[in-house]
Amino acid sequence: MIAGILDPYRYDFFTNGVLVATIAGALCGLLGVFVVLRGMSYIGHGLSHAVFGGAAASAVMGLNYFVGAGIWGVTSGVIIGRIARRRLIGADAAIGVVTTASFAMGLALLNRYGQAKKSIEAVLFGSVLGVQTVDIIAVSLVAIATAVIVFGLYRHLLFATFDPEVAQVSGVSVAWVEALLMGMLSLTILVTMRVIGTLLISALLVIPASVARMLTNSFSRMLWISPLIGATSAFIGMNLAYHLDTSASATIILVGTLQFIIVYAVSGLRGRSRIAHIHHV
Amino acid sequence: MTAEILVECAHITCAYDSTVAVHDAHVTIHRGDFVGIVGPSGSGKTTLLKAILGAVKPVEGHVTKKPGLRMGYVPQVESVDWNFPVTVLEVVAMTRTTGRFFPRISQEERTEALEVLERLGLGGLEHRHIRELSGGQQQRVFVARALFHKPELLVLDEPTSGVDVRTRHEVLHLLADLHDDGVSIALTTHDLNGLAAHLPRLVCMNTSVVADGAPIDVLNSDVLEKTYGAPMEVLIHGGMPIVLDNGGITWHAALVNWVRLESNDCWNS
Repeated sequence: MIAGILDPYRYDFFTNGVLVATIAGALCGLLGVFVVLRGMSYIGHGLSHAVFGGAAASAVMGLNYFVGAGIWGVTSGVIIGRIARRRLIGADAAIGVVTTASFAMGLALLNRYGQAKKSIEAVLFGSVLGVQTVDIIAVSLVAIATAVIVFGLYRHLLFATFDPEVAQVSGVSVAWVEALLMGMLSLTILVTMRVIGTLLISALLVIPASVARMLTNSFSRMLWISPLIGATSAFIGMNLAYHLDTSASATIILVGTLQFIIVYAVSGLRGRSRIAHIHHV
Repeated sequence: MTAEILVECAHITCAYDSTVAVHDAHVTIHRGDFVGIVGPSGSGKTTLLKAILGAVKPVEGHVTKKPGLRMGYVPQVESVDWNFPVTVLEVVAMTRTTGRFFPRISQEERTEALEVLERLGLGGLEHRHIRELSGGQQQRVFVARALFHKPELLVLDEPTSGVDVRTRHEVLHLLADLHDDGVSIALTTHDLNGLAAHLPRLVCMNTSVVADGAPIDVLNSDVLEKTYGAPMEVLIHGGMPIVLDNGGITWHAALVNWVRLESNDCWNS
């Protein structure tokens, strides 16, 4: 049985895939804490779609993927910020307009100059079994940098996330903290999109943090529980996908969702028993 | 001898886009002051408070603070996300960001935070989630966070908004004790009879400063009509003004209100 479980590790592409998916799971889980608590789930989803436009443009123009998609992602973020600041429409509508337009432009470019169908599948589901060394290095570097920033600036991030107004008057530069978070989010999407796809990025940014939130009432504990859930979902999902012959991204999302359902059910039961205990007393 | 000036708002005008929120307001806060800013919704009292804090920059005039002034700010509890995953201790400690780079709360900080919590009657609740506290305890957690900053001036935005009578009573007692301990206090409030009338000094705002002085001097029909744009009568009982809203309050209701104030009065007790 153990030999069967270890069987796929004979292949380098699988070992690399598991490694990069697990790191990406932990990275998205860590950033997901801020995404979920700041109500930014939609911006994570939107940015991953916006970056697709840049990826398509760089493919058509023969530019380096990281340069093209990176510039495109930052530009999308700046445009969203400018539209939202004018207050003619809400930030959520600005995100919707800019990111879907960017996605549509990428699609049109690939329709005209490339193989759209294949590229869309790659963007949505990634190519976790076609991981290159540069992807492993990029994801690892961004994960290390993010961990250093999140734990190094812990109180600034906590204060600015929980109570931005008071944080600002207490000397924390909230605008700088928000720019830093957006930068980390964009970088994460940039280095993981080609490998795990936009669907999995969105899922890994939201599901592990939501599960962690149900498990603890402490922000500092959430910061290690969420990456752990993200990493285990990715690790178990990758292995299951091999043995069940299913899509790696879809299986990882389903493993995460299963954890969500279990924790949600248990927290509901725990809540009910607490209420029953109070009535009994 | 005049007390030291902590903050001086010199004829400030503050605006959001083209809407003027505060016009030509001149307010000075001295050490030892306990001042309430009152006025109707949209009168600019919260904007004035934010100008004092430095969160809003005046478009005209200027705000001068005592060099190195330490301020603690307590926001409206209604603006707090009570589902956010933080414990009482985490809330109190988060304010100290300078030179703190990791999640761990040092032993020195913990001791200091527990002392503040104990002083505010929150001893033993440090590991509770903020949602698990009563209304009065929740308000005190945010006062504790501000006090952990060791402020010379405590600034509170609507500290009794949306709280029940008992909690208002608790907050009043707490602020009175802090003031007795030497903390200067500035707050905004809608509550004329329950809070404002008990304070030593009031600033009545209606975009501009309508009046500034002791409640007995400023809570009169003339000032209140200019502040609220509606006629209001004032009864004086035991040297304290009681404001009646002519728009709807009957004499019977006024009497009930007066009896309630008598039984709940903590300021003069």
